[in-house]
Amino acid sequence: MISVNNLTKMFGDFKAVDGISFDVAKGEIFGFLGANGAGKTTAIRILCGLSKATSGSGHVAGCDIITQSEDIKRNIGYMCQKFSLYEDLTVWENMELYGGIYGMKTKDVHLRAEQLLKEVDFYEHRNDLVKSIPTGWRQKLAFTVANIHSPKVIFLDEPTGGVDPLTRRQFWSMIRKTAAEGTTVFVTTHYMDEAEYCDRVSIMVDGKIMALDTPAALIEKFGVSSMDEVFRNLARNAVRNE
Amino acid sequence: MNRLLYFIKKESLHILRDIRTLLVVIGIPILLMLLFGFAISTDVNNINVAVCAPVRAESIEKVISEMDNSELFTFKGYVNPDEIDRALRSGKVGIVVVFADDYDRIVSGRIPDEKAVQIVLDGSNPNVAASGAAYLTAMLGGMGSEAGLVENHILYNPQMKSAYNFVPGILGLIFILVCAMMTSISIVREKELGTMEVLLVSPVKPIWIILSKMVPYFLLSCINLISTLLIAKFALGVPMTGSIFGIIFISLTYILLSLGFGLLVSTVTDKQMVALLISGMILMLPIMMFSGMLFPVENLPAVLKPFSYIVPARWYIDAMRKLMIEGLEFSGVILEFSILCFMTVGILRVALMKFNDRLE
Repeated sequence: MISVNNLTKMFGDFKAVDGISFDVAKGEIFGFLGANGAGKTTAIRILCGLSKATSGSGHVAGCDIITQSEDIKRNIGYMCQKFSLYEDLTVWENMELYGGIYGMKTKDVHLRAEQLLKEVDFYEHRNDLVKSIPTGWRQKLAFTVANIHSPKVIFLDEPTGGVDPLTRRQFWSMIRKTAAEGTTVFVTTHYMDEAEYCDRVSIMVDGKIMALDTPAALIEKFGVSSMDEVFRNLARNAVRNE
Repeated sequence: MNRLLYFIKKESLHILRDIRTLLVVIGIPILLMLLFGFAISTDVNNINVAVCAPVRAESIEKVISEMDNSELFTFKGYVNPDEIDRALRSGKVGIVVVFADDYDRIVSGRIPDEKAVQIVLDGSNPNVAASGAAYLTAMLGGMGSEAGLVENHILYNPQMKSAYNFVPGILGLIFILVCAMMTSISIVREKELGTMEVLLVSPVKPIWIILSKMVPYFLLSCINLISTLLIAKFALGVPMTGSIFGIIFISLTYILLSLGFGLLVSTVTDKQMVALLISGMILMLPIMMFSGMLFPVENLPAVLKPFSYIVPARWYIDAMRKLMIEGLEFSGVILEFSILCFMTVGILRVALMKFNDRLE
């Protein structure tokens, strides 16, 4: 579903992303880890078609990231670390808007929105203004909205920042359910316990991918007891700070 | 096209849900019009006048009662020649009118080359002094003296009402306020919230995002245009004998230009506060100073005069004065219109270019 080969992004002399390669299968939850400044955000921007790679090649949802970035946009969902729903619109209006942006028919948007909201038990509150909804819920709704047009791949850029542990758990069960339905989930996170929910994780240090495997295999390979220690082992050698 | 409608609906909801801002945007033009039209006025009224007349001739009494009857002057009594200075200094009167001993004979022309009347003015407020002198001169001239006084004939705005002059200026200001300030803030707000990023990841072309932001503010500006013109016509009595089509046409052009400014401002910053400051300081101040809204452009120092040529509001206000007050047809403002069109195209081009650059 995602396939990247030797992807590099230069900003002047600075190699933000330094020849990364990986493949992500359909329905997989792929954890994309790295310290701040490791090049995660730059890589995601390239994959989403927001930015052009300096060299290397890749495909997302069957579209070339260099030449077909507009086609990529139609097939992916995106949720960023900042909260991304409009606070002065209702949940329903937000869903109508985002469905409409992706060219869905109004009738289809309503059907899909009803189904998704019922799954998370929020259908009765669909006409509430977003600003009156608690943060944890908003984050779950933002995910629902990113999923409204049934994208092939969903990119989540630190989706659980500032959310309490219980909501994070619920959030991840939503992610797993979505992946089980065949949607590929590409997620970045700072929480190493979340990394263990992923099918596979990659860890980026200084623009390069230093490790890529299932969480269990990585823990075994580094001879430690948790992903947290794996991450600290690798990030310790980083040259760039922040 | 369908997508654009979704966006326009969304933008309209943003505006409609923020009732306070909406009221301000619609109310400010009306408030400004009424303020400048009725309360703040550079017209000079009720100047206190004292008279120094050695002889209380009937002809002089006639002049005084004429003066007192006009709303410009209030007759405060007679003073002796040695009291003139004190009367002015104490601020009790603004003008002292001194009649010559031989007033009657000078006015009837029996003593040539003599002045019949001297006007002594308190110059500490030049505005009052200048207008007072002008009105008095005109009035004395109209009183049948043949002593070679110049006859004033003021075209287009015979009562010299300042409200007439302010209407185009207020419009020039309002559109920058509503279009440039509101548009830039609304774009920058999405950057601050993070929603802009999500929109950019979607298949929507950035240009549609921007267009949909402009449409509701364009409509709001049209409402402002209508309310302002109605007040101008029916409450302030601005004649507006010129081409209505021209007034609307040139205003729409200017609105587009202001929207372009808003877009340009939004490309320069990611902070709402900065956008507000830029629109407020960098756009509004030159409009007040260099557009002829407050001071005539002709009065600017030679160094600053060229600066007024690049302020779009100057051309807009010029054109609107010609159309609204002088009553010219549209053909009379072709020059101003062409310059505005040229500027509009330029600003929009630069703004769109910069907007696309920023996305890379």
